Amino acid sequence: MTEIQDSQQELIEEFQFFDNWIDRYQYIIDMGRQLPEFPEDQKTEDNRLRGCQSQVWFTSRRNNGQLEFQAVSDSAIVSGLIAVLMRVYSGRTPQDILNTPPDFITAIGLDQHLSPTRSNGLNSMIQAIQAAARACL
Amino acid sequence: MNATGQIPDSSNSARPALDNDRIRGDFPILHQSINGCPLAYLDNAASSQRPRQVLDAIQHYYCHDHSNVHRGVHTLSHRATEAYEGAREKVRKFINARSVTEIVFTRGTTDAINLVADSLGRDFSADDEILISHMEHHSNIVPWQLLCEKTGAQLKVAPINRQGELLLDDCLALMSDKTRLVAIAHVSNALGTINPVERLIPAARDRNIPVLVDGAQAIPHQAIDVQALDCDFYAFSSHKMCGPTGIGVLYGKQQWLERMPPYQGGGDMILSVSFEQTLYNELPYRFEAGTPNIAGAIGLGAAIDYLDTIGMASIAAYEADLLTYATSAISELPGIRLIGTAAEKAGVISFNVDDIHPHDLGTVLDHQGVAIRTGHHCAMPVMEFFGIPGTARASLAFYNNRQDIDQLVEGLKLAIRMFQ
Repeated sequence: MTEIQDSQQELIEEFQFFDNWIDRYQYIIDMGRQLPEFPEDQKTEDNRLRGCQSQVWFTSRRNNGQLEFQAVSDSAIVSGLIAVLMRVYSGRTPQDILNTPPDFITAIGLDQHLSPTRSNGLNSMIQAIQAAARACL
Repeated sequence: MNATGQIPDSSNSARPALDNDRIRGDFPILHQSINGCPLAYLDNAASSQRPRQVLDAIQHYYCHDHSNVHRGVHTLSHRATEAYEGAREKVRKFINARSVTEIVFTRGTTDAINLVADSLGRDFSADDEILISHMEHHSNIVPWQLLCEKTGAQLKVAPINRQGELLLDDCLALMSDKTRLVAIAHVSNALGTINPVERLIPAARDRNIPVLVDGAQAIPHQAIDVQALDCDFYAFSSHKMCGPTGIGVLYGKQQWLERMPPYQGGGDMILSVSFEQTLYNELPYRFEAGTPNIAGAIGLGAAIDYLDTIGMASIAAYEADLLTYATSAISELPGIRLIGTAAEKAGVISFNVDDIHPHDLGTVLDHQGVAIRTGHHCAMPVMEFFGIPGTARASLAFYNNRQDIDQLVEGLKLAIRMFQ
């Protein structure tokens, strides 16, 4: 298994511990709180993602053939979703990113528990990640 | 008469409470579980729910009476026309307009305001001003901005205070010889503030300025009498008063509607058409181009019948009590900041909890079966005034009860624990 597959499997196993939505959300919120600080001067209009009900800022940079992402939201739940995506996609090669559809979202029960507008936020982040990867190829 | 032989005084506080249990029985949608919890529907300012009576009226119309209106000689067309025009008469009576010619069916409040902006505003010029308030819904801002772009007219904005109340004196001071129209919400959708339109309208009248009242958030909560208000236009939507979506009303004083050019062209709004000259139909049909939303109007008529059966005064009293209960219960929670604390309010409690994002509150509440609105509520200038990205908003209807409020409060308590 590649690292990117490992990270998905880890997430799926971590979330299997939770048998109710409150604990699942609590865990997501805690993950969001541990996101690295997003530089204030990067919170620009250009870095703001559309399609999110809350404000999401997103940047990507290349580092030795890998793509590193940084993102943050003013919503605690969305910040948690960002943290989930970062675990899987940040620090991977563009090809690995594009080869990895976000199936784990369903496996960890986030799709059914997030409202459609939240999913839109999640979708725009996934799209931003994939667009950044495509731009490298 | 009661057992003691006295006639009960229906105006005092001993008036029998509105029969909430029976009323809830009329609304099929309320009886369901959301995420395993009973639904507490507190998003009525966005859209209300429909009682079975409204659903039945629409079903009956389509099953028995449907055809196009105003044109056929056959029985179904007569029935459809009678039902459609009957609905117009119900609307007239409901808001006490002088004549059905003053009742124009539109797609909703937004459409009604756009109609006035497009038609009345057609001869506005760069010397003219339109006066609105800082608490307007986008639908009572953007149509005027479009008109200003087209004509060069200026948009003036009356200020509000930290309680979310209109500063009436400042508003009156903004009226001048240049003001062609005042357009103001009767009740603010984001704050719940009831604006003092009964004081504003006479002041505008003294200066010969017409007043359009955006009644979208007032019409479900209180009796409206357009003659007593003496407003020139009153716009509202059916779907916020238990009627179908896609239909609303523009009340316009005959003297204004008569001199306004048509808004849209098409069938039903004409008397005769030739390539040289088209003669427009009489009021109100001149403003209803094309086949109207017949079933929508009939559904609205049924909603009015339903509201009349309960009585708008009873609804207002019941909701005022529920609003007091909800405001008090929510205020007791830690970290609550109420947005909109006007002395006169209807139906809406907007709030934030510490720095918890409103969308996060909404998500956690949804998991507990509680439906509220979160965000800027199409009133971004209001959010900017209070320096916030949005609020959580619980909005009430007469079919809500204290259990709904208790469920909201319990939901908020859990949210506060989760985000601490």
